[in-house]
Amino acid sequence: MAYPYTHQKEVRLLSKHFGEPEARTLEGWKARGGYQALPRAFEMGREKVIEEVKASGLRGRGGAGFPAGVKWSFMPKERTRPHYLLCNADESEPGTFKDRELLRWTPHLVVEGMAIAAYAIQAEHAYIYCRGEFFETTQVLARAVEEAYGAGILGEDAMGSGHRIDLTVHVGAGAYICGEETGLMNSLEGRRGQPRVKPPFPAQAGYMGMPSTVNNVETLASVPFITTHGGEAYRAYGTQQSPGTKLFCVSGHVRRPGNYELPLGFPLMELIDDVCGGMREGRSLKGVIPGGSSVPILNAEECRECLLSYEGVVAAGSQLGSAAVIVMDDSTDMVKQVRRMVGFYAHESCGQCTPCREGSAWVERILRRIEDGRGTEDDLDTLMEVTTQMEGTTICVLSDSVAAPVKSSILKFREEYLARIRTGEKVGAA
Amino acid sequence: MTDQPSPQTVTLTIDGREVTVPKGTTILRAAERVGIKIPHYCYHPGLSSPAMCRLCLVEVEGWPKLAPSCKTTVADGQVVLTDSEKALSQRRGVLEFYLVNHPLDCPICDQSGECKLQDFVFAEGREHGRGREPKRVLGRDDFGGDVLFNGDRCVMCTRCVRFMREVAGDERLTVVERGNRSVIDTFFDRGLEGSPFAGNIVDICPVGALVSKDFLHKARAWDLDHTPSVCPSCSQGCNISLHTRDNLIQRLKPRENLEVNGWWMCDFGRHNYEWINRSDRLEVPLVRGKATGWPEALKALLEALQAGKGGVKAATWAHASNEELGLLKALVAALGGGETVFRSPRAQEEVLLPGYPLLARRRDLAPNVRGAEVQGFTRVGDDEARGGLEALADHDGVLVVVGDPLAELDESFGSRASLFVYLGSYRCQAASHAHFVLPITTFAEGEGTFTNVQGRVQRFWPGLLAPGAARPAWMILGALLAELTDAEAPTRADQAFALVAERTPELGGITYRDIGTRGALANEPARLSGD
Repeated sequence: MAYPYTHQKEVRLLSKHFGEPEARTLEGWKARGGYQALPRAFEMGREKVIEEVKASGLRGRGGAGFPAGVKWSFMPKERTRPHYLLCNADESEPGTFKDRELLRWTPHLVVEGMAIAAYAIQAEHAYIYCRGEFFETTQVLARAVEEAYGAGILGEDAMGSGHRIDLTVHVGAGAYICGEETGLMNSLEGRRGQPRVKPPFPAQAGYMGMPSTVNNVETLASVPFITTHGGEAYRAYGTQQSPGTKLFCVSGHVRRPGNYELPLGFPLMELIDDVCGGMREGRSLKGVIPGGSSVPILNAEECRECLLSYEGVVAAGSQLGSAAVIVMDDSTDMVKQVRRMVGFYAHESCGQCTPCREGSAWVERILRRIEDGRGTEDDLDTLMEVTTQMEGTTICVLSDSVAAPVKSSILKFREEYLARIRTGEKVGAA
Repeated sequence: MTDQPSPQTVTLTIDGREVTVPKGTTILRAAERVGIKIPHYCYHPGLSSPAMCRLCLVEVEGWPKLAPSCKTTVADGQVVLTDSEKALSQRRGVLEFYLVNHPLDCPICDQSGECKLQDFVFAEGREHGRGREPKRVLGRDDFGGDVLFNGDRCVMCTRCVRFMREVAGDERLTVVERGNRSVIDTFFDRGLEGSPFAGNIVDICPVGALVSKDFLHKARAWDLDHTPSVCPSCSQGCNISLHTRDNLIQRLKPRENLEVNGWWMCDFGRHNYEWINRSDRLEVPLVRGKATGWPEALKALLEALQAGKGGVKAATWAHASNEELGLLKALVAALGGGETVFRSPRAQEEVLLPGYPLLARRRDLAPNVRGAEVQGFTRVGDDEARGGLEALADHDGVLVVVGDPLAELDESFGSRASLFVYLGSYRCQAASHAHFVLPITTFAEGEGTFTNVQGRVQRFWPGLLAPGAARPAWMILGALLAELTDAEAPTRADQAFALVAERTPELGGITYRDIGTRGALANEPARLSGD
């Protein structure tokens, strides 16, 4: 057992070298087989690279799960203007901590993945937008980029290919919404980090109004494997609709929380009971948020049959999102838990769209009142209606992220809310 | 009319009504074409559309989500529903969100009565609010210039921020903070002072968040009468409305005219209205200092003119209308001809509005310099509209002054004239020797036209009642002219204009009907009515 915890059921395509400080250096990384995929990509040609990524079925790991190869193919075939690749390392979804680990342990893997992607979409300049709080991570990454430039991997003539690939590390100022791809572009341009109205989509007019592709760190980190081994080899893992492996960020009331790389379609209960060593002593499962705080909460019953693939979690009544699995046992105060999450979104709402700006703060205040034992049963109806008014009515989906935990918790844990309203008492001992 | 669909147009159905519009039109604009008004805050025709108020969302058949009509362009065969249950409940929801923190201080809010939040909530909002939580309080902020900010009333549409950035080209406002802590603010100590077009943000603010300090608590919106007019403060001729109450101008507001001023006007023009409300007015005809009725005064004047000796000289100003100028010119001609001059103040430079290049505060600080020049008046005097009347001051023949307040001159003016006729609005020291002092109306009290710097002839209408027996100068001049030339005297402004147009080639062919509320270019074929 290494890197805080590992498990034999893991398939460690990306996370194999987590916990090995030498892997961070160029030398150490090359010794582990690094920088073989990029020359291979140059050999294959950009169309073939996109084809393989399409064939692999790799889906965006940031949360939406859009097929990466298809996204790349939206870029103009002819480059008449600069193209940009933007790597989204603004990992801010509560419960998610996979990109941070990829960047801090295997920065060269991300650099290589970005270089391949930049080549594939004809971008001469790639940016990686790092979350402002990632202090150590950014330093590790910056060192790796410097090394890559020094070795001629990046720069005017990347690895002697004749292609220019520049990579800039940009550190954000710590706003959740800058992880939304158009908010990220605004922030990178020096504007307020507010999502843009789509269309136009980034592939038409993105960063600086130029064709751009935004990919998550984990997505790009998966690209070297696919380039080297082919799309079919990647499909050997996971399910038909969700091929490959995925880093699951397990947090909460399990014995061994952490990052686990598992083939998609892995059963949720097996992740909790086996891989993570089960619940804490004497505690039972109350609910799980399977994909970061923006997705609906699953109750214990729904968790039983849930498979951790994009389609499997949808079937169970939630979304895979960023695969941040937040496990809650029976000590959890659900009202407080939901209020804390909504408070986060109310704080992070950019304030453009009325339903989100006014709604998230209003919902938080109602929840706080209920939490303080001053709620009424009517408040639950109001919450349901107000959050419905917030769904699908805004430029980005932050507003929907407020609705998901509120609605799902009221539907699934209504008695907890009612108990709090009637007696002012908490359910659970925490 | 042809039924052949042009590739440049798109036909769609909005609320069951078919509409054909140019490609690239937004749903909101297409709906306006058939008289369907979709509520909105952040959208303004003169600004970019951030699609953030989420009020203009409409249902497009076959689309999974509601679409922002201000930003979504039309497509052939599209079926749009602006009043479907989905669209209505969206609006009801958004309006409820606006009221979560709104103070509902309508009774003391200047915007009340012309407030889009009031209007929309009254039309489509919930009957009762569900908010039980304490409201967020942001308080007031003096933004500088004429603008006062009430943060609690703000709907965060950012029209003001975008106006300053996109139209004024003078980025002095921004959104500070985020989420529902967002608030419009100035940059540190630097407010809106000195930004020459900042007053427009008060107009485009859909609620009472930005209010005019000058107008603060002065009148309720529903007590104001609105009269279409033309700004008299420079030769741009911005289309404006006179907002009047108790026979006083309470404020001036721009009136949309895309060919002159768009939706905007400058602060100089906006606040330069107190002179119109002056009370030291001439109210009765004075014949040799004696109050007289109009028939007697005109009769005496006619006789005096017919007996007049020593040639005629006339002076006026560029605040006089085309009708007044034209008839003065005609009268001078009927009396044997003579020197005709005008004076008009002039600023050092133009004040440009970068985002609307048609509009600028022009150098000429009077509305009808072009009209005076076209009629053949010679400009005299300096940039303060002073001096230049030396030849008239000592003239020993007939001296006629129309409008010019002769502000810097003393009693000696015209003391040697055989006949000195003064037609003015205000008591005037320099007219002490005038044999006839006749009270005339201002532009705000009568009808007429000005020709702006572009050569556009624009009408104005009376918004105030004239004091006492004051009459439009064109009526007085026209009556005299009619007697001298044995013609019909004009009794309406359009007749006066027709008389003037007859003898002025530049105005040829234009009638009051052509001018309408939008103006008509001189020397251009008249547009078809209804255009």
